[in-house]
Amino acid sequence: MSVHRTSVALVAAAGALLALGPVIPNWAVSLVNVSLGIGVVVLGMMVLMRTGLVSFGHGLYYCLGAYAAGLASNRFGAPDMLAMVAGGALAALLVSAVLGLLLAKYREIFFAMLSLAFSMILYGLLVKSADLGSTDGFNVHAKSIAGFAVEGDAHRLGVYSVIVITAALCALLLDAYLRSHRGRLAEAIRDNELRVEYMGASVFATVHLNYVISAVLAGVGGALMAIHIGHIDPEMTYWPQSGEFVFIGILSGTGSVFAPLLGSVVFETVRSYAYEKSPDTWQMVLGVTMLMVIVFLPGGLWSLASRLRGRPDSARTGG
Amino acid sequence: MAVILDARGLEKRFGAVTAASNINVSVEQGAIVGLIGSNGAGKTTFLNMVTGYLRPDAGSILFDGRDITGQKPRRITQQGICRSFQIPQLYNSMSVAENLMVGVGIVASGGRGWAASNALDGTPEQAVSRMLEQFGLAGLRHRQAGLLPEGTRKLLDIAMAMVVRPRVLLLDEPTSGVSADEKFALMDMVMAAVRAMQVTVLFVEHDMEVVERYVQRILAFYEGRIIADGPPAEVLRDVEVRRFVIGEQDPPAGDRHA
Ligand SMILES: Nc1ncnc2c1ncn2[C@@H]1O[C@H](COP(=O)(O)OP(=O)(O)OP(=O)(O)O)[C@@H](O)[C@H]1O
Ligand SMILES: [Mg+2]
Repeated sequence: MSVHRTSVALVAAAGALLALGPVIPNWAVSLVNVSLGIGVVVLGMMVLMRTGLVSFGHGLYYCLGAYAAGLASNRFGAPDMLAMVAGGALAALLVSAVLGLLLAKYREIFFAMLSLAFSMILYGLLVKSADLGSTDGFNVHAKSIAGFAVEGDAHRLGVYSVIVITAALCALLLDAYLRSHRGRLAEAIRDNELRVEYMGASVFATVHLNYVISAVLAGVGGALMAIHIGHIDPEMTYWPQSGEFVFIGILSGTGSVFAPLLGSVVFETVRSYAYEKSPDTWQMVLGVTMLMVIVFLPGGLWSLASRLRGRPDSARTGG
Repeated sequence: MAVILDARGLEKRFGAVTAASNINVSVEQGAIVGLIGSNGAGKTTFLNMVTGYLRPDAGSILFDGRDITGQKPRRITQQGICRSFQIPQLYNSMSVAENLMVGVGIVASGGRGWAASNALDGTPEQAVSRMLEQFGLAGLRHRQAGLLPEGTRKLLDIAMAMVVRPRVLLLDEPTSGVSADEKFALMDMVMAAVRAMQVTVLFVEHDMEVVERYVQRILAFYEGRIIADGPPAEVLRDVEVRRFVIGEQDPPAGDRHA
């Protein structure tokens, strides 16, 4: 089988970003780090949206991933970026595999609200944990990559490279999954669950799997952000954070794994620009952006890309 | 010929309504059976019980000698009983080919539960293309299912049941919503595919001309019971059938519910 063009494009984009790393200014490095860190979480939102689900509580796994990374580094003596990312993924995997058994039975607003409830429980727990810094959280400092110590400029470049490579890997794997027979069931479930069962597949098992995949992506994103920011706190599982993931998910569209990553770049750019130009009304700028997207580009920003290339959107929005 | 489907003493009540009462049906492999009956007679309920959507209150269903009573639709499909729906159940946002690919993909990737007889003939893409050709849908393969006219939706719904090569095919009113002049063309295509696959078929139909033309045996339902069972010539002459199913002395059946 030939290599899919999305895979080629992903590898090329990651290569270009890595090459640019040493020469671009600090603000650009920071923009890429944040956009891709959050973008990985939004990849997770995309899996859910393809399945017809929206979670208002994905901050749960974002925060879990970040705390797992922080604990790996500060408590378990593994201040290595790769160990931290693995820790974030593992924590999200374990928790979502259990919660998913319940959540995979719910749909629509019930699924959304139940997700929110779980994320707020974690918030409550963290705020009460003096040991974990309560509302202040704690600082995290990654010291090495795969055993190689990094400091100063090497650290800056190291964080950037780890984020770029991890995001590209996540997107590659997710793309392969979504194109597989199993992955394509997501949209079938969104359209007609009855028929999926009548074609011999388990809707529950597929929803559960997709939920776990989306949680792991959120956990990885959380770990990446912990590494980038160097600090974690319970706000990461507070509802506005979860809402932001939904926001970027809808802004981006679900047509391609590129959509969440690019959508996240657009979001971060608009936000920092709006924040700089009008610190008091930047939310309004984001609100208007969203309004325009929903009215004029219901398939998200990605549908604009497909339209420009003169192709119909290959996969529809979460709808 | 060997019996492939054997329903014994099926009962189903919905509150005060008896939807199935002592239903006994034994179908031989390769048979083409028509299910007739007025609205609410219990035809769909029978299909729903066979495919596991409804659990009978009493009785048992054997498929190829194995008891499948009360199993989930998923399990029953995997064993080789597939169905179409009175109201087409499609993946509306997907293309025609993608609708078929879902089923084929499930077989191709989830071999575990599937009976060996469901094994695909060729690659998934070939299986889909062959089905599209057989049903004259090849030209529409990239068309979005949600935008198709009703007749084509019916055809696609049936194709989705057939593309995984079932051993028993249950069709719920394949020609309802299809215009009079298209009915026979649709059924000719379906039956040609049925013969090529040597699949056993039970189909619900209100149009007696259609029934007579394609089946060797008719089951006539009335108020949850089977009031006649035999070759078309015999069943269609039956006094009860003429009165309660065909509706002599009564105005013809009007709009049907879902
Ligand atoms: N899920 C259900 N809940 C309650 N009543 C039901 C249910 N399914 C069927 N019934 C009732 O059982 C009876 C038999 O219905 P069924 O759908 O089997 O009839 P049918 O022969 O398929 O009729 P039609 O030709 O109108 O499709 C009807 O009175 C119907 O209202
Ligand atoms: Mg019916």
